[in-house]
Amino acid sequence: MATVTEAPPLAPAPETKPPRKRGRWTPYWLLLPGLLWLIVFFALPMIYQASTSVQTGSLEEGYKVTWHFATYWDALSEYWPQFLRSILYAGSATILCLILGYPLAYLIAFRAGRWRNLIMILVIAPFFTSFLIRTLAWKTILADSGPVVSTLNTLHVLDVTNALGWTAGDRVLATPLAVVCGLTYNFLPFMILPLYTSLERIDGRLHEAAGDLYAKPWTTFRKVTFPLSMPGVVSGTLLTFIPAAGDYVNAELLGSTDTRMIGNVIQTQFLRILDYPTAAALSFILMAAILFMVTIYIRRAGTEDLV
Amino acid sequence: MTTDNSGDVRLSGISKTYGSFTAVHPLELTVPQGSFFALLGASGCGKTTTLRMIAGLEEPSSGTVHLGDQEVTHLPPYKRPVNTVFQSYALFPHLDIFENVAFGLRRRGIKSVKKQVEEMLELVQLGEQARKKPHQLSGGQQQRVAVARALINTPKVLLLDEPLGALDLKLRRQMQLELKRIQTEVGITFIHVTHDQEEAMTMADTVAVMNAGRVEQLGSPTDLYENPQTTFVANFLGTSNLIEAEVDSKSGEDIVLRAGGGKLVLPESRCGAPTTTGGKVLVGVRPEKISLTHADDAGEIAENRNRITGKIADSSFIGVSTQYVIDSPVCPEFEVYAQNIDRDPRLVPGAEVVLHWNPAHTFGLDAAQDIDAGVAEVEEEAA
Amino acid sequence: MPVVNWLKRHLVVIAGLVTLAYLLLPNVIVTVFSFNKPKGRFNYQWQQFSTDAWKDPCGVADMCGSLSISLQIALWATLGATVLGTMIAFALVRYRFRARGTVNSLIFLPMAMPEVVMAASLLTLFLNLGAQLGFWTILIAHIMFCLSFVVVAVKARVMSMDPRLEQAAQDLYAGPAQTFLRVTLPIAAPGIAAGALLSFALSFDDFIITNFNAGSTVTFPMFVWGSAQRGTPVQINVIGTAMFLVAVLLVLTSMVISNRRNRQKA
Repeated sequence: MATVTEAPPLAPAPETKPPRKRGRWTPYWLLLPGLLWLIVFFALPMIYQASTSVQTGSLEEGYKVTWHFATYWDALSEYWPQFLRSILYAGSATILCLILGYPLAYLIAFRAGRWRNLIMILVIAPFFTSFLIRTLAWKTILADSGPVVSTLNTLHVLDVTNALGWTAGDRVLATPLAVVCGLTYNFLPFMILPLYTSLERIDGRLHEAAGDLYAKPWTTFRKVTFPLSMPGVVSGTLLTFIPAAGDYVNAELLGSTDTRMIGNVIQTQFLRILDYPTAAALSFILMAAILFMVTIYIRRAGTEDLV
Repeated sequence: MTTDNSGDVRLSGISKTYGSFTAVHPLELTVPQGSFFALLGASGCGKTTTLRMIAGLEEPSSGTVHLGDQEVTHLPPYKRPVNTVFQSYALFPHLDIFENVAFGLRRRGIKSVKKQVEEMLELVQLGEQARKKPHQLSGGQQQRVAVARALINTPKVLLLDEPLGALDLKLRRQMQLELKRIQTEVGITFIHVTHDQEEAMTMADTVAVMNAGRVEQLGSPTDLYENPQTTFVANFLGTSNLIEAEVDSKSGEDIVLRAGGGKLVLPESRCGAPTTTGGKVLVGVRPEKISLTHADDAGEIAENRNRITGKIADSSFIGVSTQYVIDSPVCPEFEVYAQNIDRDPRLVPGAEVVLHWNPAHTFGLDAAQDIDAGVAEVEEEAA
Repeated sequence: MPVVNWLKRHLVVIAGLVTLAYLLLPNVIVTVFSFNKPKGRFNYQWQQFSTDAWKDPCGVADMCGSLSISLQIALWATLGATVLGTMIAFALVRYRFRARGTVNSLIFLPMAMPEVVMAASLLTLFLNLGAQLGFWTILIAHIMFCLSFVVVAVKARVMSMDPRLEQAAQDLYAGPAQTFLRVTLPIAAPGIAAGALLSFALSFDDFIITNFNAGSTVTFPMFVWGSAQRGTPVQINVIGTAMFLVAVLLVLTSMVISNRRNRQKA
């Protein structure tokens, strides 16, 4: 017969072997190589760069840390238009990506049916063609004598954009519009994928419930769908804005000297002019500006756990 | 009784604490070879922790675990002759049914597993499904794969962690019988953890009711039901009507109690509490033991029965029986289940009635306990 | 007004398809212009149909060499980032340890950093150390920025894995090594594969970080960049088109195979 009694609470615990403590160091061994890599090749370079930004000297005589913070001031006062332009272009591209990407993400999540997988592939597949080749294709699409420009001309759209300063003359290429168009194109998938992920999680019955509770389709979208897709909107806008703000490929290939962004300046300073302190200072300002904006944005959007 | 005791499970002084929280208080428990043993309790009562300590998935904070004469307290799970049927089965999603069942054999280095696996799949009636993946099977089929995967290793003890929790009611009934059949057939010790009192009572020959890390009572299902020792067991296992009463006198084998002006008789052998004249006792009686008689016919009730008067507050017809709630001076919500044999048309809400029952069905509990212990747990599990 | 109603109901679909067209238009252009026979050095204007470039894809000096360098770097970077990233992901999901927050931000930051900042600072490091820029510095950089993406992909998969599966394996006589090999790794495999695939794509297509840290080594994206200044050979479009087709074909085949397998089993 089975028996049960409660052991006296004060009785000393029976002599037992110490509990198994295997694997106490395992997490550290697992983390070590990868973290070392990130520390040496990501964090340490930031420190080197910070030090470079306050050095003075020349290529021939070498550089010394002289805490020359004036470099920051000089860099800002000389290149503030490029900074402003970067934020403006990246911001416009982000908004355009949201406007263009949301319907497509919504279509894949709720309306595509058996076409869902195919459309998904079509969104991802362009990734496999080098983005530089695809960006060059926009040179053909927006060519001065091409059908796009002549159509815009006939419809007098160019008159409007000229007035706004987005384009100049009969051209689209080598104007802000072309650069923003290229940025939007390049980072659109980074908007669509997170949007799709968060839309796909929404229970379809919520739409029916909202409809049942007297919400018209547009109200359902505003009050139910859009708020629930906020995590996707936040991470999508970040994934678009951050790389777009640092990009120089679109400005170089599709723009002109009047559309140079801060990425172009950093690249030129570093690789052609070889003015390392200025380049490091500019890069640091860009990093600080983006971290600052992103932090504020995440606070406002209220989604702290994005990863 | 067999002389082979290699399938005995002996827990001595075993406990588990997480920081300052004690999940299982020091516990002595012996489960004999070949029995079907159930650990019954609400979620968080320590039953699953106890099971996991037997499986080796949890290290006890103190005490020892023995299988037969072998101490296994510090053996890792893969070195214990014990297998588990996990909650929601934990079938390997990347392996088909055949490979799931063959997993344990292969890990022990057995090369030719085909015949054994096929026989096992026949035993659980899944011979046709061998090459399917787990997600292609129904819940009941997955459950049988989980049992087959554990049993094929012919463990000394089979542990079942809420094995039927994910199944619907009808399938659960069917699987209860199925598991009982398999246990009788293979003769292995089964230790079964569940929050479902009906499941525990149907299948197990011994049930331990656990509450807050302690075993409240242990015994056969009938014993637990008919003779609960604590208010928790009385309320958690089925329904009990509990009344606070005062000891009036003793006459022979019986104790005479006073409750709300009337007198009740309680056999002394069925009282788990110390009784001194003038002291308090909780008196309990199960709803189905009680008969209802309309107040007009009170004279026809036999003299030696316990009786209480009251008024029907509510009645609900549920097929095999009608359940009444009676408002009486001793208890505002007295429950009575009457079988639908000869229904008295006068027994409708508002009618004055007399409740009466055989004193042999009365049980007595220590009045120092919480009278509602176990009620919330039942409601929580039902939700 | 049935037309207006129809438009109203399908507005989302129409807008979505317009976006899809915008996404695919450059690929169409790339494909069409791979059959062009341009007059000057640049392949931006349609002249006449020709299959010359397809017959001789490596006919341009240095292009196929840069392609092979890019493939090698992408393969090694994928291997490195996948191994290191998977280890970190397992440590993060499976173990409690100090400085979790710091580790998490160290993994998040490279993804939230403009490429040009990482590129410039890494170059500063290499210059200060006097490292020879080339294949190895590119590889180091690629492993660095792919790592975080692998961690995120694997972490998601391992987190959604039922811990009872590993306990079940242990219960069924599998020791720690066997449990990892037979259960944990196969179940985490889709996450690891996703991370590896992403790494490959990111590394193969990376331009900005590579451009800063390549020295005189020329990867395929750098070749394309250079040709945008000097003259774009049609062969670039041939390679672009071929990669697109191979990718689509691979995905379609794998989908057809998995569909058929599911149907057979069901």
